[in-house]
Amino acid sequence: MSAISREDVVHLAHLAHIEMSDAELDKMTGELDAIVGAIASVSEVAASDVPATSHPIPLTNVLREDTVGQTLSIEEVLLNAPDSDSDRFKVPAILDGE
Amino acid sequence: MNELIKLSATELAAKLRAGEATSVQAVQAHLDRIAEVDGALNAFLHVNAEEALAVAAEVDAIRAAGGAQAEALHPLAGVPIAIKDLIVTKGQPTTAASKMLEGWMSPYDATVIEKIRAAKLPMLGKTNLDEFAMGSSTEHSAYGVTRNPWNLNRIPGGSGGGSAAAVASFEAPLALGTDTGGSIRQPGAVTGTVGVKPTYGAVSRYGAIAMASSLDQIGPVSRTVLDSAYLQELIGGHDPKDSTSLPNPLEGLVAAAESGATGDIKGLRIGVIKELTGEGYQEGVQARFNESLELLKAAGAEIVEVSCPNFKYALGAYYLIMPSEVSSNLAKFDGVRYGHRVLPEESPMTIERVMGSTRAAGFGDEVKRRIILGTYALSAGYYDAYYGSAQKVRTLIQRDFEAAFEQADVLVSPTAPTVAFELGANDNDPLAMYLNDVATIPANLAGVPGITVPGGLSENLPVGIQFLAPAYEDARLYRAGAALETLLEKQWGHSLISQAPAIDTASIAQEA
Repeated sequence: MSAISREDVVHLAHLAHIEMSDAELDKMTGELDAIVGAIASVSEVAASDVPATSHPIPLTNVLREDTVGQTLSIEEVLLNAPDSDSDRFKVPAILDGE
Repeated sequence: MNELIKLSATELAAKLRAGEATSVQAVQAHLDRIAEVDGALNAFLHVNAEEALAVAAEVDAIRAAGGAQAEALHPLAGVPIAIKDLIVTKGQPTTAASKMLEGWMSPYDATVIEKIRAAKLPMLGKTNLDEFAMGSSTEHSAYGVTRNPWNLNRIPGGSGGGSAAAVASFEAPLALGTDTGGSIRQPGAVTGTVGVKPTYGAVSRYGAIAMASSLDQIGPVSRTVLDSAYLQELIGGHDPKDSTSLPNPLEGLVAAAESGATGDIKGLRIGVIKELTGEGYQEGVQARFNESLELLKAAGAEIVEVSCPNFKYALGAYYLIMPSEVSSNLAKFDGVRYGHRVLPEESPMTIERVMGSTRAAGFGDEVKRRIILGTYALSAGYYDAYYGSAQKVRTLIQRDFEAAFEQADVLVSPTAPTVAFELGANDNDPLAMYLNDVATIPANLAGVPGITVPGGLSENLPVGIQFLAPAYEDARLYRAGAALETLLEKQWGHSLISQAPAIDTASIAQEA
């Protein structure tokens, strides 16, 4: 039984905001299924008494001095923007207004 | 070939200090070399000639004037360096080898770049990599593959194939890399160069475009162990801009490399990781590895076998944790504030659809694969089985290291299971590509440091030997690495890199 179906990949691509062609979806489904099959073995040893590690060298209470650091000018911030208008990023419509 | 480019960074620095050459001459010699061979190699995505020469001229002027300012120069001042194009730089484009960031100009410098500027190392340019550092061959770059200087039909490793190829081909004496699962060490192994992944947090990640934040680490790339030690001391240390940065700098790295270079390693306990030898490792790789062990033993090291039984789950854990972090880190590429924007072919032109078409056009296949895999691993219903389990494996791998380091001061393994494979060999098999990192991934999962040093040739291609040390004990790597380097070079009568064939620039020009 395959772990990942084509419908799963359609859903995941939607969640990840990546448009995919039919051919891409087919290819990705096969590849992901093979990869997940190969890596699913981690659950074999993940017993309930083993604590999870999210960070290799945990540091706690990391705080910096409460001083003004490096800041960017509006020109620098907008330098790489695909679209901008009077000192602001210009964004496509959020809702479909048609 | 200009003699200046054959020198190690340390040797070149000594010549500059002694006034036997100028930094401008050194930078120009490397720029000439880039002009000569990079058409064939494609190690550089951007060459920063003007600024590099200006910085070199500044160093030369300070030296010529003498006095306190000349005295205060960093030991590596005037020695040129190449920068992996995942690290952001003012004044030069940073692309991460992705269409998504084509032509992107960072408004700020990474902390390591600030340190390089302060020490006045001229930056030669930005080197090629797998897109967003995702790959083991530099074939996933949006700007063409980089070729291995030892054989132009072979991969230079990845993701830092550009930095490794630049250093191996004498285009640069030093380079910066980043290592998330082996991206400094595996390219070092297959190009016959030295590369170090420092302890997690020893070098600031501020300004390294994040792939998997709990695994990424910036580190040095060079032709000698001593050069990497100097470079790590330069770029290391606490950085308030990186909340995972270690509070204290790691010291004594250069001293450790110098001590190792005497070849004296009496009493050093070296643990051979049982799980990272034998099956899956090419015969030639295994043979060079065994020879290195014999040399180390003859020099007085105590060789012990250690077992890390959970390492067999490392690859699986890595390919769950890394894509999960990738899916989150790369969410910021949405075509709004910076980078590529691609409008959908048909209306409605809503932001959601613009994002979808932007990310479809801006990301390559491997990046998409990892984002989708990470989105899957983190989704409701699968989180505990995949991401949660992988985090537990991470704990088990740390415990394996702890137990192994009770029996040994450093651990050793081949850096990569094979020599450089042919370009295109793994095009249709992402899983086979992932196996290249089987020996390097455990260090990233546990946060411990690792080094690769050249261990000889198999099929006329370099083999790398990897040492691993406990967290914070990077100095041990430099001692063991320098010792092996010295012992091997004494046996061969030359360095490995001096045996690299001339680069046949004509062959690639004809193909193109």
